[in-house]
Amino acid sequence: MPEGYLPIFVFMVVALLFPVVAIVAAKLVRPSSPFATKLEAYECGIKAASSSRGRYTVRFYIVAILFVIFDVETIFLYPWAVRYQSLGWFGVAEVTVFLVILVVGYVWAYKKGALQWV
Amino acid sequence: MLDTIFFYVFALLTIGGAIATITRRSAMHSALSLIVSLLGVAGLYLLQKAEFLFAVQIVLYIGGIMVLFLFVIMLVNLDQAAKERQFNRQWLLGLVASVLVGAQMVWMLNSAGVLSLPAAVPAPAATGPGNIEALADLLFREYLLPFEVASLLLLVAIVGSVMMAKKTS
Repeated sequence: MPEGYLPIFVFMVVALLFPVVAIVAAKLVRPSSPFATKLEAYECGIKAASSSRGRYTVRFYIVAILFVIFDVETIFLYPWAVRYQSLGWFGVAEVTVFLVILVVGYVWAYKKGALQWV
Repeated sequence: MLDTIFFYVFALLTIGGAIATITRRSAMHSALSLIVSLLGVAGLYLLQKAEFLFAVQIVLYIGGIMVLFLFVIMLVNLDQAAKERQFNRQWLLGLVASVLVGAQMVWMLNSAGVLSLPAAVPAPAATGPGNIEALADLLFREYLLPFEVASLLLLVAIVGSVMMAKKTS
């Protein structure tokens, strides 16, 4: 493992242990008396009409696709940010061209109403 | 020594996640197990000092591609699939075939002398600039045009996805 990643790994292990310890400790401490009324909608809550695993409209999928596309853009900016000093204005110009082409696409999608909510 | 321990931890995550992916009945649980498997692969990249691939694996695969997977699961109706038999009746034939293919691969690798290498070789110590720096120099100096063309490819992807999913109203 490269140097400097050990704290991140320790952080990840602690983050994983935290919910596990909390759930197990709560299970050991609390009394257990399950009955059916506990699982029903509370007070004025509305009873579920159908399964929550229904089908969603395809509009949400456009948002997901656009997210992935700009995700790819971000990963291209990452090496540029690391080498920013040595690339200088040449690198800035390159990335500007790269971003302008993508922003054109973003503006077009926005104008087209692809990001509008329903 | 520490590297070897980390290698086995990440390998266990990868294989365990992959097995959970194909055995869960609920597609949502499968997708979440796949995230664990991809996380293990990211750790293996980091062990090989491929830091850029590590970032790509986390940001793109776990962040982006898995979002697409989850959206596809929510878009299609999987209730039918969840109730059907998970494995078909030809599992005995499948087992025999996969054992045969596996044995063939081991035999081939053995005759090529690959298997005689010591297990879990640690990556050679990186000298000079790191993985990302070297990649940046190549991407922004030598392969300038392909880098700019990549943005055009992404533009086409934006146009294509919006046109396909948008209703002509």
